Amino acid sequence: MTANGGGPRTVSTSESSRSGSEFESDRSVSDEAPLGGPDASETILESRDLDVFYGDEQALQSISMEIPEQQVTALIGPSGCGKSTFLRSINRMNDLIDVARVEGDLRFHGKNVYDEDVDPVALRRKIGMVFQKPNPFPKSIFENVAYGLRVQGKDDGDVEGKVRTALERAALLDEVEDQLDSSGLDLSGGQQQRLCIARAIAPDPEVILMDEPASALDPVATSKIEDLVEELAEEYTVVIVTHNMQQAARISDKTAVFLTGGRLVEFDNTNKIFENPENERVEDYITGKFG
Amino acid sequence: MSTDTEPLDLSRDGNDVGTLGDTVARYVFFACAFVTVATTLAIIVVLVDGAVDFFSQVSFVEYFTGTNWSPRAADNPSFGVLPLIWGTLLITVGSALIAIPVGTLTAIYLSEYASPRVRKVVKPTLEILAGIPTIVYGFFALSFITPVLQTFFPGTGTFNAASGAIVVGIMILPMVSSLAEDAMSSVPDSLRNAAYGLGATKFEVSTNVVLPASLSGILAAYILAISRAIGETMAVTLAAGALPQITTNPLEEIQTMTAYMVEIGTGDASVGSIGYQSLFAIGLTLFVMTFLMNVFSMWVRSRYREEYQ
Ligand SMILES: Nc1ncnc2c1ncn2[C@@H]1O[C@H](COP(=O)(O)OP(=O)(O)OP(=O)(O)O)[C@@H](O)[C@H]1O
Ligand SMILES: [Mg+2]
Repeated sequence: MTANGGGPRTVSTSESSRSGSEFESDRSVSDEAPLGGPDASETILESRDLDVFYGDEQALQSISMEIPEQQVTALIGPSGCGKSTFLRSINRMNDLIDVARVEGDLRFHGKNVYDEDVDPVALRRKIGMVFQKPNPFPKSIFENVAYGLRVQGKDDGDVEGKVRTALERAALLDEVEDQLDSSGLDLSGGQQQRLCIARAIAPDPEVILMDEPASALDPVATSKIEDLVEELAEEYTVVIVTHNMQQAARISDKTAVFLTGGRLVEFDNTNKIFENPENERVEDYITGKFG
Repeated sequence: MSTDTEPLDLSRDGNDVGTLGDTVARYVFFACAFVTVATTLAIIVVLVDGAVDFFSQVSFVEYFTGTNWSPRAADNPSFGVLPLIWGTLLITVGSALIAIPVGTLTAIYLSEYASPRVRKVVKPTLEILAGIPTIVYGFFALSFITPVLQTFFPGTGTFNAASGAIVVGIMILPMVSSLAEDAMSSVPDSLRNAAYGLGATKFEVSTNVVLPASLSGILAAYILAISRAIGETMAVTLAAGALPQITTNPLEEIQTMTAYMVEIGTGDASVGSIGYQSLFAIGLTLFVMTFLMNVFSMWVRSRYREEYQ
């Protein structure tokens, strides 16, 4: 699908950040291993006893898990169990919600992103996000993809080349090549979502968070997004929330099952979760007995 | 429900209370709409009728190009409207220079930076400010703004354009900030989140996502505020004075079109005199100016309509 998909990726941790304090990374990996399984590749994200509250309501209860680098980790569970909340706590989008409060650690390359010296703006430059509903800017297709490059000060070199590469990786270039100047809002829903993915990968983050990226799309568009997610994992770490069991089984390497009350009840290799879950309630959930 | 002997009745008569209510309501609504439209038409007819009388005695050329407005000079009255238009222009541009930047920044602050608590207090306060009678603003200009100007610029007259422009600027400020804030807060959060998710700062989100996405509403706010400044009467009459002249010094006395109308309308011009008829010409000119501004505002709104869903 993508022409230049596979090559090794240079991770630019010292990339210039206009907002001042650079996100620090000291790639130390914790020695204790919470839920996660023995054969995990290098851990890039690790949550330790993470609690999230909205006002007095606790949405996440002591979540501990390790998310492996360059793999797809799926978060599944019934509605309201805190999947989106967990995803937003990774790149500190919860900061934007007035009543939200986070306790515990969320480590990125071993560094707690809730430490005083971490700038959420710098963090979000390394951890991109794709939302449930496609949300392109009311700007041209080109400017949509270029936006992240511009705010991150990466628009000095070959912007056009970077934009085209991102569109190509998002499997959208062929469809929009002749209309880069037309509005991103003129695209179909599925194209808009791929545009949003292109926008997220253009500045070359390390992690991409996706919150039900295909739930507003038809089956054809959905399967395109699924193919894309699998390909993205060759270069990026993908954490994806989905309501669709088959989707989680198809595209993810690891699956985390949250259940009502904001608890992580099981986190393991996807095969294991779907074929032989430890937890009875997980089995019930996966086989559709509730949820 | 309905049996064989009593078939379902869907005819009009079977339900005549509702039908009657509908009919009455329709006439009441129509009457209200009719009164509104008829009043507007009547105003236009009266203005045009008076203006026709005026222009049968004064040529268009003299009116629109003359630089001397002295309608009551006994021997040689002169009807060049430019000094009055100039006065109105000074006030309008001056007040816009104050209200647009301050109002826009206030709107950005309220929509993007202020906590919900602050917004809940400030926004209604602004709207109350918009409800203060304009004569009060005029009095405020005379008793406060002008003395302050006089301390800084000793030559400032008791009546001066600057004082009028400043007070009108303060007057239309709530309108700019309130309408612009409405436009900005109607930008969906999904767009803000998209930008934040890409590592944009709050300032970047405000300036290159929210502002462009709400541009049409913001421009419409500017235009409405400007047309309010053009039509503003009491405050400028009190603050800026009644001396029609084309001056580039804002500390001098001027007269706006509206202030002239107050002067004549409350003064001694006898019905049928040329001075009286000039009211209609000026009134029509003002009407056309504000009407064009409103049309322009509507055009801007549709031309730059927010495209996001
Ligand atoms: N902005 C918010 N303010 C207050 N409470 C919130 C907010 N967002 C989420 N919550 C609450 O937190 C809990 C978890 O919500 P969250 O959106 O994370 O669930 P979810 O697993 O993503 O659900 P879904 O599958 O429906 O998207 C819910 O009880 C929800 O009501
Ligand atoms: Mg959710």
